[in-house]
Amino acid sequence: MADVSMAGVQPHSVQPRGAKPRRRFSGSNIMLYGVLFVVSVYYLLPLWVMVMTSLKGMPEIRMGNIFAPPVEITFQPWVKAWSQACTGLNCDGLSRGFWNSVMITVPSVIISIIVASVNGYALVNWRFKGSEVFFTILIFGSFIPYQIMLYPIVILLREMHIYGTLYGLILVHTIFGMPILTLLFRNYFSSLPEELFKAARVDGAGFWRIYFQIMVPMSLPIFVVALILQITGIWNDFLFGVVFTKPEIYPMTVQLNNIVNSVQGVKEYNVNMAATLLTGLVPLVIYFVSGKLFVRGIAAGAVKG
Amino acid sequence: MTHSIQVKDLTLSFGSVSVLKNMNIDVAEGEFIVLLGPSGCGKSTLLNCLAGLLDITDGEIWIKGKNVTWAEPSERGIGMVFQSYALYPQMTVRGNLSFGLKNARMPKEEIDKRIARAAEILQIGPLLDRKPAALSGGQRQRVAIGRALVRDVDVFLFDEPLSNLDAKLRSELRVEIKRLHSRLNNTMVYVTHDQIEALTLADRIAVMRGGIIQQLAAPQEIYNRPSNLFVAGFIGSPSMNFLHGATLDAGRAFQFGATRIDLAGYEGGAILERPKAILGLRPEHLVIQDHAEPGLTIPAVVEIDEPMGADSLVWLEAEGGLKMSVRVLVERRMAPGTPVHLKVDIAKASIFDTASEQRV
Repeated sequence: MADVSMAGVQPHSVQPRGAKPRRRFSGSNIMLYGVLFVVSVYYLLPLWVMVMTSLKGMPEIRMGNIFAPPVEITFQPWVKAWSQACTGLNCDGLSRGFWNSVMITVPSVIISIIVASVNGYALVNWRFKGSEVFFTILIFGSFIPYQIMLYPIVILLREMHIYGTLYGLILVHTIFGMPILTLLFRNYFSSLPEELFKAARVDGAGFWRIYFQIMVPMSLPIFVVALILQITGIWNDFLFGVVFTKPEIYPMTVQLNNIVNSVQGVKEYNVNMAATLLTGLVPLVIYFVSGKLFVRGIAAGAVKG
Repeated sequence: MTHSIQVKDLTLSFGSVSVLKNMNIDVAEGEFIVLLGPSGCGKSTLLNCLAGLLDITDGEIWIKGKNVTWAEPSERGIGMVFQSYALYPQMTVRGNLSFGLKNARMPKEEIDKRIARAAEILQIGPLLDRKPAALSGGQRQRVAIGRALVRDVDVFLFDEPLSNLDAKLRSELRVEIKRLHSRLNNTMVYVTHDQIEALTLADRIAVMRGGIIQQLAAPQEIYNRPSNLFVAGFIGSPSMNFLHGATLDAGRAFQFGATRIDLAGYEGGAILERPKAILGLRPEHLVIQDHAEPGLTIPAVVEIDEPMGADSLVWLEAEGGLKMSVRVLVERRMAPGTPVHLKVDIAKASIFDTASEQRV
């Protein structure tokens, strides 16, 4: 009490407030930011080279200086990569591959997410006899290297008469997305309170009504996570695209490879760089748009999974 | 008397683990039954079986004279209130209340009428267009009760509905549930581990342990004549004092160390002579006095005195280091170390056989 009276009318004013102040240039801070800076330069440098090269004309590229910004900015390489670059006999650029990839990715993503979310929901809330065994087998499937399954799948698709079609590739992507997506949805749904499900059953809601009206509205974050995983995974896929399709319907990644690795004529580095950037644009945009939701969803699934 | 719920030989096992064993309960119409027991005793499990959320292994469940053993939860004529409220977070209060009715394809006017009635009874009218996240704990639980109310069912099932609330709100809502029961006169089955809730609300209490009902009786009966040692120890706070000794003289006296207590006036069966018996005395059925009365008092020494407002609790040590507690209603401070004598009210005591643990 003596201290308070000595401090005068406002005893609080003498006490420190807010967070403890930190020294900005402490040794550990310099280390921390130094390392961060070096690492980010290390990762950003290739991107810098790519963007700069894609904006240069061929004469300028031949001069060397890959780190230098273009003297004369040209968008011709981008136009060429998109609409004129040749792969084999087709000379309509990456645009064909882009639309092929869209036609492969969109249905694969939608179908796989719908099926996997229903899977996860059923595995958590409607345990059937052998559901644990079913789940174990499904998860085990994700540990088998893809390469082992390539040839059997070729035979399967051939027997189903969808080998070399978009449908075949969509089917393959949907099936291969199942283990990880089912695990994701199962963990998320099991973190939702079980009593909600029980309450809905007492309220007379059936399998689908509970799924659509109770579960799905509460699961936006995990759907976003699944969406990102699937879009980037399927968009970036090369192996399945090259094995299960034929040249007219090659996805963008395969076409990119064919453009970059074509052995005829001069190596057009600027076109190659532009084509690579174009191909990587879709996953990049997805990450930028939904980054926050992605982190939230991963965390939500992880904490109580 | 018509039965509202009948449970016949209900057994539930998961693999080789049996959770509920051969249960038989008859609940009369309009009765308030409380299932009470420590966690893991199977009380919530039994409630889930009644609701149809768990498939039972053997036996039958009848509600309102209908065999509903294999009926869907929504077809059983029950409403259920959960501990975590289980309100649908993306729906408004109105949406929560109408969800079940819409599933039953009820006409809109009827839904509105029922919601209005429930809102009036539970005083949640101003909250109807809010989301559950914007409600306090007590309000949420009211809405959860409302969801059972609008279903207009005969049987209400409560699964520890007040456990998530703070003490003050809990006692308020407890009274409200009791009021609701006297107004609606529905059959209610209420699961709790809180004995105060059980004693205040119930018409009859079923005390459970290990999937077996230990005693099913009115609260006073359970409190005054616990059928076995477990029930005696579980009900009452602080717990009943247990004196381990023997009955002598064809059951006319109880010997505890050097103390002999007269058993004349004991309300129960034939005491007989038992070499090992337990005398159970509730803290409020003992009176502290200064002088000894042969055959009626137990000598003890005061250890701690705990004033609790309306009354105070005195902890004593009796012969052989036995800790005993006595509830003293009058404000009277007891200095530690004071030797006193505890007068026994034998009419309110319970004697248990040590081997069988059953009340004599």
